[in-house]
Amino acid sequence: MPESIAIRFNAGDRVEVRAAYPIGHVRTPFYVRGKQGVIERVCGVFPNPEERAYGRPGLPPQPLYRVRFLHRDVWPDYSGEPFDVLEVEIYQHWLERKQHP
Amino acid sequence: MSGEHDHDHDESAPHIHRSPPRADLDDTLTYYRAMEAAVRELLIEKEILSAADVRRQIEIMDGRSPDGGAKMVARAWLDAAYKQRMLVNGSQAAEETGLKGGPLKLVVVENTPSVHNVIVCTLCSCYPRTVLGLPPDWYKSRNYRSRVVREPRAVLAEFGTVIPANVQIRVHDSTADMRYLVLPMRPTGTDDLSEAELAKLVTRDSMIGVALVGSP
Repeated sequence: MPESIAIRFNAGDRVEVRAAYPIGHVRTPFYVRGKQGVIERVCGVFPNPEERAYGRPGLPPQPLYRVRFLHRDVWPDYSGEPFDVLEVEIYQHWLERKQHP
Repeated sequence: MSGEHDHDHDESAPHIHRSPPRADLDDTLTYYRAMEAAVRELLIEKEILSAADVRRQIEIMDGRSPDGGAKMVARAWLDAAYKQRMLVNGSQAAEETGLKGGPLKLVVVENTPSVHNVIVCTLCSCYPRTVLGLPPDWYKSRNYRSRVVREPRAVLAEFGTVIPANVQIRVHDSTADMRYLVLPMRPTGTDDLSEAELAKLVTRDSMIGVALVGSP
């Protein structure tokens, strides 16, 4: 297997999900695109499913993260508690670094 | 007498009474069924798989149940070291209790007095099948998938699970290579129970996070 893509983020880093809308088999839900969250953990590296869905090997493997979002940052009119969170697995090529506010 | 039955009944002359036919529910050849059959037949024809392999795999899949997950939960309630290993590496903890893992990583998330976890797959229907078996139909419904990430407290309340305002809700959307299992809180009044007795209390829904484990 070719060498993996280097892991860029650590737990606690603030990131923003790219607000991109490519066609194809994308595993990044629409509802978090353009939203900011914090890396909860590094899950490891995995062949890119966006490539594998079309019969390609998806290599080199992409780092995968669990990103924690506050519900109120994802849904401006969220009706639950302000500390409720949502955790989503997102591949590194969807993430950009942000400064903590 | 019905319209179709307005003849004299002469039992000496046998005749057939036909009920209105009821449509079969299992013979609709949808797009995906046709695709599945085509791929399966090709794999068999090229001797990559046999029909028996396919049947066996379905049998294994259907044989899995929430009992596996319940066993893990009960053990974690009794064995702090096992629980710690489970929270660090869920797949390994599953294998320790005899559950064969797949290629997907199992992440166990723990409910506490201040955190309540709930699992969903908004993109499709990813589910920890190795430890819970096949997902319930509602888990795959668009209603559950779209709403539990949007208004989790309202959805949980519809399941009869009201989470207090001082407890954080954590919704886990299984979008990629992880699968999730909720480690529910151990109910009160269970101090004297054995691992097997505890496992019987642990329900599927409590391990998805839409219910709590009740006291015996």
